[in-house]
Parts: sequence; structure tokens; C-alpha cells
Amino acid sequence: MTAVARRRRRRAATTRSGPPIWFAVPGALAVGFLAIPLLGLLNQTPWGHLLAELTSPIALQALRLSLVCSLGAVAVSLLLGVPLAFLLARVAFPGRNFVRALTTLSMVLPPVVGGVALLLAFGRRGLVGRWLDQAFGVTLPFTTAGAILAEAFVAMPFLVISTEAGLRAMDRRYEDAAATLGAGRWTTFRRVTLPLIAPSLGAGVALCWARALGEFGATITFAGNLPGVTQTMPLAVYIALETDLQAAIALSLVLLVISLAVLISLRDRWFPTA
Amino acid sequence: MSLEAGLGLTLGTLVLEVELAVATGELVVLLGPNGAGKTTLLRAIAGLVPLDRGRVVLDGDVLEDTAAGTWVPTEQRPVGFVFQDYLLFPHLSALENVAFGLRARGLPKAEARRRAAGWLERVGLATHAGARPRALSGGQAQRVALARAMVGDPRLLLLDEPLAALDAATRTEVRRDLRRHLASFDGTRLLVTHDPLEAMALADRLVVLEGGHITQTGSPAEVSGRPRSRYAAELVGVNLFHGHADGHAVKLPGGVLVVADDHHGEVFAAVHPHAVALHRQPPEGTPRNIWPGTADALEVVGDRVRVRVSGTVPVVAEVTPAAASELRLADGGPVWATVKATEVTVYPA
Repeated sequence: MTAVARRRRRRAATTRSGPPIWFAVPGALAVGFLAIPLLGLLNQTPWGHLLAELTSPIALQALRLSLVCSLGAVAVSLLLGVPLAFLLARVAFPGRNFVRALTTLSMVLPPVVGGVALLLAFGRRGLVGRWLDQAFGVTLPFTTAGAILAEAFVAMPFLVISTEAGLRAMDRRYEDAAATLGAGRWTTFRRVTLPLIAPSLGAGVALCWARALGEFGATITFAGNLPGVTQTMPLAVYIALETDLQAAIALSLVLLVISLAVLISLRDRWFPTA
Repeated sequence: MSLEAGLGLTLGTLVLEVELAVATGELVVLLGPNGAGKTTLLRAIAGLVPLDRGRVVLDGDVLEDTAAGTWVPTEQRPVGFVFQDYLLFPHLSALENVAFGLRARGLPKAEARRRAAGWLERVGLATHAGARPRALSGGQAQRVALARAMVGDPRLLLLDEPLAALDAATRTEVRRDLRRHLASFDGTRLLVTHDPLEAMALADRLVVLEGGHITQTGSPAEVSGRPRSRYAAELVGVNLFHGHADGHAVKLPGGVLVVADDHHGEVFAAVHPHAVALHRQPPEGTPRNIWPGTADALEVVGDRVRVRVSGTVPVVAEVTPAAASELRLADGGPVWATVKATEVTVYPA
């Protein structure tokens, strides 16, 4: 085949399988729509005194609290979510699909509804909260623990789903091999299963953390907006928007940078280069 | 008897029904086509697949007995398992893979690593101790898998197609090593393969498994000389007929086979392809078996040409390339296949 013919063939192939040319217009609009707000944020960022804004007492407090709450939520999710994912992936118990749907409901539930539901369950007069209060004197609403709970409520499903997918995709015969080598279930889980699903687990943790960090609705509804106790970064941004725009922008920038970092850390998983 | 397994289980479309005994020190090779249940049988003996009924006894210890409700979990069975694609843990080094079982069984780390290193040296991989499985060649991975299975001093060694994942060039060499390592193991050994050459080269005794049932068991010489199923016959490359004998005649579905000795009842008759002669004209002369047919498929095997003759009695013949070209067998068309009565081996079915 001559070079010309080959080129003609290649062009024919792209033309045949390509999209209508005018798709470029809505496509470009979509990119602009998604990117311009971020440019707006960068444009308004007080670069000169960014550090000062971020180290103001209220910002530092929110940063520290966000870190504590989101990491706490990740810890709760790991502790409860990984065993749940394991059960969902490996045990064909009756009602498994129902349980799976139930545990992922909070992913699609409006967070504010989640907050209301949490209040009705863990509030002082709530279903469980009443008992917690009477038996242990523990109250959750309007506490840092409450904020952690609210964040875990919306973020845990991301970890469960990712971990379960990893467990389903892994070659279970590695676990068989471990058993023939004398490893019990716990040893096998620790030394074989966990390392093998580490990429899925890592992705789940990253997503779960990002979701917890950005959580707003459930937190403000259930845990309130007390500076230093439950006022995490998103809440602080929202409040600062009325009083101190520069601080709001600075905090937003931090959240944006973290989101980008999570995205980049997941790029191999989500956007494998062809 | 060291390993005694009498078991039945159903897994999907496979119905496994097997009665098997392997003596201490004996190397039994399970040979069978894909889907015959070979791997499932090994997994059942290791406790990775539960039995529906039956028992597995090793050196007098009951590992599983459905009637008595006994079940020893896999991790407590003194069994070493070499998996088909080895299943080396990809996140551990070769040394850690070999040490894994010792650690899981409670040996201190240093001691486990010392022993694992000893085994790696034994299989000639001391310099690869730190390598991850993906950095190992197929043959090296196979040796690590073998070391990992044997380091815990199991009483029973199960090997599932230990050479199947290797290319033909390395297989010969690795087979030689495998033979040597298997010989050094004094427990019971059960190896699965679908490769007849591997089976013949390694086995003290062959067990042919087809469709979940054992169709034949015997020494490699017995199985190749007197195959008892079409599968076994094809493996060793002989023509196998099943018919009813009455004196010197064996009645086949498509004709009659004249044999030299006196036989009665249901029999197998084996004819080696090189004992089948082909002619373009109906041959005359001494009384012998003459079957008309059509030359179908030609295949060069070593220095011979293998010809499949389809007819009322289908048969495979092996002729010299000279004969093949002289008879123009590549053109197909009608041929007459003849077999001398003295060339037929007859044995009871």
C-alpha cells in the first residue's frame, strides 16, 4: 500500500467513526462552563496576603477541625466499611442486595435530609440518641464527634463501594493458596487480601476523604456551625462569604487544591492513559 | 495406603465420583481432558471444595468424612499445593512467598526466613530471593511455587498442571528439575496434567479421569499398551475398538475384526497406526482385515505421515512419506486399510 493510500484510509476511518463536527461547539461550552468558575476563583484570590488569610485564627481553626473531622470520618469508614464491603463481596446472605442499596443510599440522598435523619436518630430525643444519653450521658449533636458522624454518614459508601469492587475483582485463588499454606482467615485477610486490594482501598479512602472534607449539608444540620467545634472549612467558607470574602476565597482555594490532588492521585485508576 | 479418597461432589455441570488410593512415596499422575474434574479433585482433597459425600484419609488421619461430620479446614491439613499458574503472592518477594507458610504456622520471622532461604537455594534461586514474582521467569516462578509448597514438610503434595504455564522450550528443562525435586520428597504425591508426555515421564502410576470418573488406572506402560477409553487411546496414539468377541472374530459397530487369539465377550482391541497398511486397490491374499474408506486428513508426525481413514471402521494409519506420496494420499479419495490379525491386541473391556 502506498503512503498516500494509507493516509487516505486513515482519514476515512476517523471521519467514519467521528462525531458530528458541530459537537465541538457544545463541547467547548461545557468545558468553559466547568472551568470558568475555577478561573474566577483563581482570579479573585488575594495572592499577596494568602498566607495571612490562611493563618488567621478562624481559618486555622476551620482547617484543623476539617482535618480532624474528615480523618475521623475516614477512620470510622475504614473500621466499619471494610468489614461490610467484605461481607457484601463474599457472603451470599439473604437480602444482600437490599443491604447494599441501603448502605449506598446516603450517596444519592440530599445531605441535608441525611442531617435531619441523623438528628432524629442520634439527637438527644432520637431513636438511639435517647438511649445513648441515658445510658452513657453521650450526646452527639453540636459536638465534634457529631460532625465526624455526619461526614462518615455521607462518605462511607464511597469506601464500601470501591473496596467491594476490589474484592470482587481480585483472584480469590490467592486466598486458597494462603489457606493451603496454613494461613487462617484473619492472617489471609491481613497478609494477602488487603495488600492485593490496596489500590481499590486507596482509591476508596481518597474518595471517602474528599467527600468528608467537602461535606456541608449533613454537618450543618446535625452538628451545627460552632467555630472550633463543628465549623469545618465548607461551613467557614459559607459564613465568611458574608463577612470576609478574602478569607472565603482563600479557604476555597485550599479545598480546590486538595480536590485536584485527590483527582491526580486517582488519575491512573480513572483515566488510564491509552 | 497413605492417601485414600472416596468422594462425590457436584460443581456446576461436573459430577465428580472418584475412588482413589495413593501409597506413601508413590507418584500418581492424574491424566484427563479439560473439564474432567482433575483440578476439582485436587481442590477437594485440599479442602478448598467441600465434598457432597465421601471421605478423605491421609496417613490414617481423617481429613474429611461427610458421614461422620468430620471436616479439617484447609489451613490445618498437612498438604502442599502447587497451583496451575503458581499464584505467587505478587506483593511479596520470592523469599517472603516461601516463608509465608512457615510464618502462618507460627514460626519466628528469622527462622522462617532462614529456612525459606535454604529452600530457595535448593531450587537454585538463592540469588533471586528478593525478586518479586513478576520479575521471575515462568520456570523460576514454578520453582518458587514448588519451594513454597514443600517448605512446610507436608505429608501430601498436590500439583496442578505444574508445567502448563511454561513454553515448550523451558518445559523440558523444568520437567527434569521437577522430577528431581519430586523424587526428593518422601510423602505422597499427586500430580494433575493433560499432557501425556508429562504424565509418562513423571508417573509411577497413571490415573485417567474423564467426565468426573476414573476410566483407567495403571502403569504408563499398561495405559499406553492397553488403553481403555477413546481419550486414552488418542493420547498414546493407538486405534481403539470396542466390540464383542466370539473366538477369532470381534464384532465392531461397523464390521468385523479378525484377531489371532481366542476371546469371548466384551473386549477392547488396540491397533497401532504403524500396523495399518494402506492400498489404492482392493488387496488380495492372506485372510486379514480389509476396510474400505476415504483418506481424510494428513498430518506429519516426526518422520511418519499420519492418515485418518473414514469409513465403516474409522482408523488412523501411519505410513512413510514415500508411501504417502506414491499412493497420492494428499489427494484424498478411496483407500483400503488392512491390518494383520497378529497386530491386534485384544483385552477384556
